[in-house]
Amino acid sequence: MKHAVFETNVVILTVAILITVSIGGLVQLVPLYTMESTIEKVDGMRPYSPLELAGRNIYVREGCYLCHSQMIRPFRDEAERYGHYSLAAESMYDHPFQWGSKRTGPDLARVGGKYSNDLHAAHLIDPRSVVPESIMPGYPFLAENDLEFDDIAEHLKTLRVVGTPYSDDQVANAAADLKAQASGDEDEAEAVLTRYPKAAVGNFDGDLARITELDALIAYMQMLGRLVDFTTYQPEKDYR
Amino acid sequence: MATVERDPLTGTETTGHEWDGIKELNSPIPRWWVFTLWVCIVWGIGYVIVYPAWPSLSDYTRGFFGYSSRAELASELAQVKASRAGWLKRFEEASVVDVAKDNELLNYAMAGGRVIFADNCAPCHGSGGAGAKGYPVLADDDWLWGGTLEQVHETIRVGVRGTHDDTRDSSMPKFGVDEALDKAQIAAVADYVLALAGGSAGDAAAKEIYVEQCEGCHGEDGKGLHESGGPNLTDGIWLYGEGRDAVMAQINNPKHGVMPTWEGRLDGVSIKQVAIYVHSLGGGQ
Amino acid sequence: MSEATATVGAVPTPVAYDEDIVKKLFIATVFWGVIGFVAGLYIALQLAFPVLNLGLEWTTFGRLRPVHTSGVVFAFGGNALIATSLYVVQRTCRATLFGGRALAGFVFWGYQAVIVLAALGYVLGITQGKEYAEPEWYVDILLTVVWVAYLVVFAGTLFKRKEPHIYVANWFFLAFILTVAMLHVVNALAVPVSLTGAKSYVVWAGVQDALTQWWYGHNAVGFFLTAGFLGIMYYFIPKQANRPIYSYRLSIVHFWSLIFLYIWAGPHHLHYTALPDWAQTLGMVFSVVLWMPSWGGMVNGIMTLSGAWDKLRTDPVLRFLITSMAFYGMSTFEGPAMSIKAVNSLSHYTDWTIGHVHSGALGWVAFVSFGALYNLAPKLWKRERLYSMRLVTYHFWTATIGIVLYITSMWISGIMQGLMWRAYDSLGFLQYSFIETVEAMHPYYVIRSLGGVLFVVGSLIMVYNLWKTARGEIRSEDVYEEAPGTAPAGAGS
Ligand code: HEC
Ligand code: HEC
Ligand code: HEC
Ligand code: HEM
Ligand code: HEM
Ligand SMILES: [Ca+2]
Ligand SMILES: [Ca+2]
Ligand SMILES: [Cu+2]
Repeated sequence: MKHAVFETNVVILTVAILITVSIGGLVQLVPLYTMESTIEKVDGMRPYSPLELAGRNIYVREGCYLCHSQMIRPFRDEAERYGHYSLAAESMYDHPFQWGSKRTGPDLARVGGKYSNDLHAAHLIDPRSVVPESIMPGYPFLAENDLEFDDIAEHLKTLRVVGTPYSDDQVANAAADLKAQASGDEDEAEAVLTRYPKAAVGNFDGDLARITELDALIAYMQMLGRLVDFTTYQPEKDYR
Repeated sequence: MATVERDPLTGTETTGHEWDGIKELNSPIPRWWVFTLWVCIVWGIGYVIVYPAWPSLSDYTRGFFGYSSRAELASELAQVKASRAGWLKRFEEASVVDVAKDNELLNYAMAGGRVIFADNCAPCHGSGGAGAKGYPVLADDDWLWGGTLEQVHETIRVGVRGTHDDTRDSSMPKFGVDEALDKAQIAAVADYVLALAGGSAGDAAAKEIYVEQCEGCHGEDGKGLHESGGPNLTDGIWLYGEGRDAVMAQINNPKHGVMPTWEGRLDGVSIKQVAIYVHSLGGGQ
Repeated sequence: MSEATATVGAVPTPVAYDEDIVKKLFIATVFWGVIGFVAGLYIALQLAFPVLNLGLEWTTFGRLRPVHTSGVVFAFGGNALIATSLYVVQRTCRATLFGGRALAGFVFWGYQAVIVLAALGYVLGITQGKEYAEPEWYVDILLTVVWVAYLVVFAGTLFKRKEPHIYVANWFFLAFILTVAMLHVVNALAVPVSLTGAKSYVVWAGVQDALTQWWYGHNAVGFFLTAGFLGIMYYFIPKQANRPIYSYRLSIVHFWSLIFLYIWAGPHHLHYTALPDWAQTLGMVFSVVLWMPSWGGMVNGIMTLSGAWDKLRTDPVLRFLITSMAFYGMSTFEGPAMSIKAVNSLSHYTDWTIGHVHSGALGWVAFVSFGALYNLAPKLWKRERLYSMRLVTYHFWTATIGIVLYITSMWISGIMQGLMWRAYDSLGFLQYSFIETVEAMHPYYVIRSLGGVLFVVGSLIMVYNLWKTARGEIRSEDVYEEAPGTAPAGAGS
């Protein structure tokens, strides 16, 4: 019997297995990097501002993606409930992606601007005070924890290593931009807005004296889905 | 394997190997299994020919009829739009007030408005518009920015202190924090406000402060002014809490609620629908 | 070390197998199993009663869920796989472990360290945020080293085997170890922010990260939870039934087709997302074709009983093993069905996925492991038989009812959720708001928790039984007086 070749030689069996299990991944993954149509060309995408990035890291840390998707599918009900379907371009700077696989709570891909900072703060601290039927955990500690951002510039630099196009200017001003965005002062935050257009500037957690983890998380919530300019977007070009 | 070994129970041939006492039968592969596998393979080959499937480094096979899930949605939405064309056009062209006068359209507005409200507005305004501290009740006839259908529609469209260029916006000054009034004056004017709410005249000295500082937004009689969103201070309905401390706190360092701008997030028809729904909740004027 | 005497032809060869390490892994399996199940029960209760999140940083659903998933898949499942593979490879090769006690010991302690570091990290909020691959970079590196050591032990033992042929169980174990190594290394590639801090950023981004993640994630299912556990099945079913494996030819065809096809199926986790349609098509088609290769394992397992079906009536351990095959068959039918885009458009994001996961995880992965543990305990501790066969039966029924409650409630809630999200009223408007769908889930979350309670209770019965067995006690029981399947096999000769 010919199969005896594999059954009697560990090395041959090993090599044969490795070849067999490599093919599928190579065929699917490699073109995803080389094919131009994979990521749509859009106006408005930019890397995360330092405060948004810090907020996103809290989103990841708390495992929000285990209940919330950030991926609107091209269906009528999702379009009506959540808005335009998500584009690949919208997560192009996401390390890691946070599309999620379970919707215990609603999709958050376009939650930016949907609610006020106050509402987010109240909701995150105690969801049932806002939505009595909610089963979302409360995160009161976010309002108590000061945000740690001494090394925020290092984060930007690390992201640069993995391909995010942060400029030297952005890296150099990382900590200052972070503080300015949370200052609640539009003038102070002007530089942030030139470096990171459409960033939400505000006093997110209602406490101007401190920059808390809640500030960062809400700043992130408030920019979700707001970057791409859909008025100039032509969907027909990206049917793929 | 000189002689063929057979399993005594079933009479099937074995392969002649043994591991730790385990042997293998040389049974043929069940035919239904092979058959089903082939059916799947043949179907699969057909499918990958018909649909977009095989990638190269720069492109992929398109299949036979140019399938795209995004195009499918576009055509579905177009179809929905077409099937709604009749009333949608009337909805778009008519003012919100005229929409509400048309019974058929009113029906549509109420049906559509309910879920739009529950998915977008209820977190702040409560289910059924019951309101919450800092978020006005929408089911009563106390309105900050006006309770006619047109006014409600406008508030929803542009929001309050929202991102729209025409957003409704007026901010009560921080009388205490900015030292426009001292502690005693704040206490006095607060008592005056509470007296108004209680239906009495109030202290004359305090009235002076009120006329000077507050009247512009809350009206001569304290019944509120819709143009500036100044709440009615005489009806015993308090946005930011009841009692002297709450009123003083508001004068000292007022809160400014944000009502998001919905134009751009909801389409024009949806905004009309939800406005009519809100207007119907009980307090519409 | 134990002295066992294997017989091939007429020449008896005494081999001193290393069973010490298997014992340790056995205990770890049971220990992490209970912890993982209890964690699952706790997060199930959190979804039914959100106050149980306690408002504390360390106890919210988002932090505990990975404790559960990693706990059951990698701690319970992983230890079960390492334990059984190291046991099986020695016996079926008539060779002691390559690398000796030291290397095997390193694998054991290294793997436990990975588990503890990962779980501690989750509770403290240290995570890479990739499902089933949450541990941060330093744990990933340690795991890589441990895994290579495991591969060396396993493949080295195969290499020095005294049997001419490699048994089919070992093909599956080898494919599992090799492929998991490949998946892990690629998916976990990351750049730490600093060498003294926990945080890193994975090198992949967005849509490419998504496909890399599910290439990994789906094949964690395919190779960890399927190929590896099929290795367990291929040894313990024939052993426990004392029957030859059903079809060698089927083994060959389904082994190669299974490992070839599985790798392609990842995109079925990304249907209708921003992943391009061409990749979704491939994911769907390969998943459907995967149906029969998956069922090949079930056919080989169940048909091994042909001619000896009556053993199911008398042997509850065999019942665990065969029922696991039935659940395996069910979830590998459901999986391809859910891979069809039209079905997935309904099931994706809902509890249906969770139901599917647990029909595979509880019914297949956990049950086949329980069968193997019950088979192994008397052998490892040199006892005549298990302490109590009746307790095995009790465990079987409690757990089975638990599973039925779990998966039926999730099917109902999942399908309901999917239908409610897309329901339109007669005028063509969305019928339900999101929060109405959340409310509708509540009764099913309660029923699921009840299923979880039963499953945990079952596992505690097992712990008691195994503990007594290890201590050498035997409960006198009329019905199960005969210890089935423990005598040396000899069927057919
Ligand atoms: C156990 C599941 C669960 C977890 C974990 C969870 N959520 Fe939620 N979330 C929900 C549910 C259910 C809702 C809908 C009810 C409500 O509004 O509270 C919701 C609603 C929301 C909303 C309102 C969305 C909308 O459009 O109405 C936001 C924003 C949100 N969550 C953010 C977060 C963030 C940020 C985290 C992590 C820090 C998080 N959630 C963790 C379940 C969860
Ligand atoms: C983030 C919270 C929030 C959300 C979401 C929200 N609102 Fe409001 N809304 C407010 C606040 C705060 C005010 C009061 C603003 C002020 O102080 O004048 C308000 C005021 C209003 C008013 C004016 C009430 C009056 O007395 O004049 C209407 C009408 C209204 N909202 C309707 C809606 C509708 C309809 C939706 C959903 C489409 C909605 N709101 C969503 C916060 C919210
Ligand atoms: C520029 C306009 C403006 C002026 C001047 C102003 N207010 Fe207001 N006031 C508002 C608005 C608008 C609100 C609603 C709160 C909000 O969303 O900002 C409000 C709210 C209040 C409330 C809380 C009502 C509630 O329902 O909880 C009180 C009390 C109040 N004002 C008292 C005063 C007094 C006393 C003065 C003068 C010393 C004053 N206001 C001057 C605009 C004004
Ligand atoms: C006592 C038994 C168990 C209970 C009560 C339980 C409960 C749960 C719950 C509540 C979730 C989260 C579902 C959600 O997010 O909506 C979950 C997820 C999960 N569980 Fe379990 N579980 C149990 C046993 C197991 C076992 C034995 C395994 C594997 C061997 C397992 C594997 C998983 C996996 C892989 C997920 C993630 C599913 C996904 O992301 O789609 N569970 N479990
Ligand atoms: C032929 C075999 C199988 C196929 C084709 C298959 C297919 C699928 C599909 C389509 C999903 C849903 C993806 C989504 O919509 O998000 C899924 C999820 C899942 N399946 Fe299977 N399945 C198979 C067998 C199994 C088995 C045997 C297990 C074992 C335990 C399993 C475990 C899981 C898990 C854990 C998930 C959840 C992943 C996540 O979202 O976190 N599957 N599978
Ligand atoms: Ca998942
Ligand atoms: Ca602050
Ligand atoms: Cu999968």
